[in-house]
Amino acid sequence: MKILVTLGNVPDTTTKARFADGDTHLDMTGVQWIINPWDELALTRAMELKEDAANPVDHVTVVTVGTQEAEPTIRKALAIGADDAIRVNAEAKDAWFTAQQIAAAVKDQDFDLILTGIESSDYNGAAVGGMVAELLDLTSISAVSGVELNGNEITLHRDIDGGSETVQADLPLVAIVQKGIAKEPRIPAMRGIMMARKKPLQVVDPVEADALTSYNHFELPQPKPPCKMIDPEHVEELVSLLQNEAKVI
Amino acid sequence: MAVLIYTENRDGKFTKASFESVSFGVRIAKEMNLPAVVLSLGTVDNKALQVLGKYGPDTILTLEDERFDTLDNKAYTAAISAVAADIAAKVVLFSHSNTGKAVAPRVAARMKAAYAPALTGLPVSYNPLIVRKKVMSGKAFADIGLSGEASVLTLSPNAFEVVEKPADIPVEKVNIPVDDNWFTTRVTGVQKQTGKVILTDADIVVSGGRGMKGPENWGPIEELAGLLGAATACSRPVSDEDWRPHEEHTGQTGKIIAPNLYIACGISGAIQHLAGVSSSKYIVAINTDPDAPIFEAADYGIVGDAMKVLPALVEEVKKVIQ
Repeated sequence: MKILVTLGNVPDTTTKARFADGDTHLDMTGVQWIINPWDELALTRAMELKEDAANPVDHVTVVTVGTQEAEPTIRKALAIGADDAIRVNAEAKDAWFTAQQIAAAVKDQDFDLILTGIESSDYNGAAVGGMVAELLDLTSISAVSGVELNGNEITLHRDIDGGSETVQADLPLVAIVQKGIAKEPRIPAMRGIMMARKKPLQVVDPVEADALTSYNHFELPQPKPPCKMIDPEHVEELVSLLQNEAKVI
Repeated sequence: MAVLIYTENRDGKFTKASFESVSFGVRIAKEMNLPAVVLSLGTVDNKALQVLGKYGPDTILTLEDERFDTLDNKAYTAAISAVAADIAAKVVLFSHSNTGKAVAPRVAARMKAAYAPALTGLPVSYNPLIVRKKVMSGKAFADIGLSGEASVLTLSPNAFEVVEKPADIPVEKVNIPVDDNWFTTRVTGVQKQTGKVILTDADIVVSGGRGMKGPENWGPIEELAGLLGAATACSRPVSDEDWRPHEEHTGQTGKIIAPNLYIACGISGAIQHLAGVSSSKYIVAINTDPDAPIFEAADYGIVGDAMKVLPALVEEVKKVIQ
């Protein structure tokens, strides 16, 4: 069984919001780049599935759409344990563009399971997984918090608003995953980092594809008025403020 | 041409987020001079469907077929896209719920329409269409320009006030052939959260962090939540330690919520936690550390031990509620 994990290359989640070029772009100077946290969970689960000898998983591939600057992030995924990587050599313009590139790069490779994080921590799009599934005409299951294999049978757990469901479907399929899917993300070991240098990283040219959205202005949220402090001995003042000023209880 | 609004039901009752979507969709349809068409999938009785008329749509469509009673992304995409094509939808609108996130991008890809998720309010401009959303997990707003023939949008929960415009709108049945091959998933088990307020629906949320010291101290949080009709939530370390179920984890990688009131007890307010709660209208912070970042995000703060403050708060709330 072959698993594909899609990787987003995003700024570290503690990055401060700064803008460039007249607030038309996010300022990425000096940013620390990481694997999108949800994609990292997907990769972690892929490795767990492969390591369990009861599962017939023999190969984990990662794919990303990005320029050469994304390579450290790809090497990190290889160091964590992915067997090989594909980089589509293009700037990820928007989710639709990115999904078309991923679909084109993997469509002839017969992956049985595609794992993708539910959203990205930079543009918070929550879009690429569903679009890839549609372009490849595959089943997709979203908000997945558990994936179990039993031979070639797959069982997934997904969150619904107000509960969760157990879902079964035939492979191949796209699972769009979130928290709960895997244990703690892994820190690559020195041996993994050494091995990652020798693992295959295939660079492919982008296909002709359009982007349908453009980010054209950024701004910071309105600053909040300072917090009103209440004496812990006078909790009734808080209740009064919530009732009369905020009018929320 | 029209604006198509998908409305989501849970066990035959439409969600509050769906009423927000209808109100929002009706408003943008008016601005674009197009009719607003509402679509429901699955088994919903006529009375529940007529409730949607209160929010001002021109048409209510229902595709009553029990195969749509559970979510199947591919089947939902096929049905919604077919209706969108039928009425030449310029805009297809979803709630940014689990269902909306699962289906809307597929519908956009099928229609080759521009996709913008999690809108925080009305469009900035209609021609060209420019919409606003949060990026960097709430740290900034971005305006997104959409090109192409049609657009697929999702609306963040609690981002748009429900507007009622009483009217008696007839309910029409959709006549599209539903193909068995659309359905490729089987739901084999359902674990419903019962008797508790659902976190993503809640107007008030009471949340606990590591400052609560252990799962045995959650009594006052649950009591306060019960009094206020609130949902309970927690920070990531709390769910990682299994003090609380992971469904309660609120933050960047957990649930993103936007209640009217968020009460954070013993939560320091790491940037990843704030990313999940910063859209709350009001935030109350109770924490022993006066320098905790949660106080920068909060509207009201108490520097003190949540385990001591909470029982007092419970007593005071009891007084005003009774």
